[in-house]
Amino acid sequence: MSNSHVSSLREPLVDGVKDLGQITRDVCDPLDAAPTTAWYAAFAAALCALSYGAVMVIHQVWTGIGAWGLNKTVGWSWDITNFVFWVGIGHAGTLISAILFLFRQKWRTSINRSAEAMTIFAVMCAGIFPLIHMGRPWLAYWVMPYPNPMGPLWVNFRSPLLWDVFAISTYFIISATFWFVGLIPDLATMRDRLPEGWRKKAFGIASLGWSGSHRTWSHYEMVYLLLAGLATPLVFSVHTIVSFDFATSVIPGWHATIFPPYFVCGAIFSGFAMVLTLMIIARKVMNFEGYITLRHIDAICKVILLTSMIVGLAYSTELLTAYYSSNHYERFAFINRIKGPFAGFYWMMVFCNVLVPQILWSERIRRDVRVLFVVSILINVGMWLERFVIITISLHRDFLPSSWTGYSPTYVEIGTYIGSFGLFFTCFLLFCRVLPMIAISEVKGVLSYARDDKNKESLHGR
Amino acid sequence: MAAKTFVGVFDSDHAVLAAARAARKKGLDIRDAYTPFPVHGMDDALGLPPSWLSRACFALGASGLAFALGFQYWVSLFNWPMNIGGKPFDASPALIPIAFEITVLVAGVGTVVTLLVFRGLLPGRVSPFSGLGATDDKFLLVIDGEAEEALRSFYKEHGAVRVEAVDGGAR
Repeated sequence: MSNSHVSSLREPLVDGVKDLGQITRDVCDPLDAAPTTAWYAAFAAALCALSYGAVMVIHQVWTGIGAWGLNKTVGWSWDITNFVFWVGIGHAGTLISAILFLFRQKWRTSINRSAEAMTIFAVMCAGIFPLIHMGRPWLAYWVMPYPNPMGPLWVNFRSPLLWDVFAISTYFIISATFWFVGLIPDLATMRDRLPEGWRKKAFGIASLGWSGSHRTWSHYEMVYLLLAGLATPLVFSVHTIVSFDFATSVIPGWHATIFPPYFVCGAIFSGFAMVLTLMIIARKVMNFEGYITLRHIDAICKVILLTSMIVGLAYSTELLTAYYSSNHYERFAFINRIKGPFAGFYWMMVFCNVLVPQILWSERIRRDVRVLFVVSILINVGMWLERFVIITISLHRDFLPSSWTGYSPTYVEIGTYIGSFGLFFTCFLLFCRVLPMIAISEVKGVLSYARDDKNKESLHGR
Repeated sequence: MAAKTFVGVFDSDHAVLAAARAARKKGLDIRDAYTPFPVHGMDDALGLPPSWLSRACFALGASGLAFALGFQYWVSLFNWPMNIGGKPFDASPALIPIAFEITVLVAGVGTVVTLLVFRGLLPGRVSPFSGLGATDDKFLLVIDGEAEEALRSFYKEHGAVRVEAVDGGAR
């Protein structure tokens, strides 16, 4: 490519000598073959979890949210914890697809497609929790301002919970649009290589008659850039607005100006951990080790290390602010976090999110996928605990000691959470089987990256 | 002799780019290039202006912003003013988050729809030259012209692996 920067310092983005046709075959061939036993096993497990979750949701809607372990003092717990957890996971996908695109980080090309898919599925999982928390989900459309015959009656535009509705729906629509725009050229690649049949027809409809015309590419690249430019502030706004749900209230432990950057950073941290988990599995199961290389894993680890330290800084800033504020209630909220009945969760969170990622300073560990898999799972657990700590521990001992309570989830809450994992993995496994998991056209564009000119000529068959 | 359309099939992005540049220098009537990924430098070689979609995106975003702010002010000040804790009805900062989200939504989705409609990318459309591998590993340069022999030798000279002649259809 005319704009590739040949460098002796950088590793190639694609391992092994490949030509353009081989990229098409490597990505598309697994979609034509029958699924492996491992895939069937994983899909069956995901489907079981999804069905169990569906039963739990039906049970909860049928009996009301009294089926959960919430009480008068703890009005939000697993539901909102899971909501924030899933939204946060989604953020890494947008970060990879939009922000790394704007920064011209070409290593993003082989992981952006699946990271964006992860975003979409994670936002779907997140959306379930506020929806069922409404108690009457069939009236969910009431959160939208629509012309109605109930007199002048509108939603309250000054409420952070309504901002959240707009933020999450916009985020979902823009992420899905961005993903689809990126998919169009690859859908056309699939269409052109499939034999006649219903799959060719389906890909033909979905690829919208894409031909690879440069007159279209020229506009397409502009649109992709614009979408990246729009999605970048969007991703910051979404978790900022999620944090407003808490920060604009007067609960000690929630009412803090640090919340927007703290939440955004935590979201990127947890999302990258989930990307790492998924990529370690995908590169192995789908034989994509030449595309999702150790260089990619290494780069993901560096982002995790950076965001882990920002999150650690936020934890200590919170403690310092509580101490320095001299506010009785604020101080108590944090003493209760580190010494109260749920202190174990707090210290487990610090261990998973601040201490464990420190081992990523070692380059040897950043390239050892087995250790990294464990690290990524621990971070996922830690980030779930962070939201639980913020939400439940801040609530359970409020201003009046007479209303202090404990909290433990019922099997319905646990089942719904398991069900959300079922939904996520069902969607992700279907995606792996149906659509090209790697952005074919983008990888073709970076094939010559960091290879010397002589090699580049031979790659292109001249 | 009627005008015909010729498709030169190339193996690499360098070759098709060089051929496109040479064709433009010679003043040939280049219809388009078809490539598996955007070949950078091709805009200049085909003489394409920068995409106007950035301006469309700005206009869409501006109208989304105006609509979202206008609607929220209309509801909060005139149609259904709600007194919440004595806070002002026109609490502008509280209207910003939704205004921002709607701006991004209208600009993003609107720009994509504009691209798809403007470039005729709609369900059911059939892609031209789809059998020639431009979505896989081949690079096509499509030139309209009458002088068949001259064009064929032009393509060969620039390293085309194959040259096809098709009847010139509508652009």
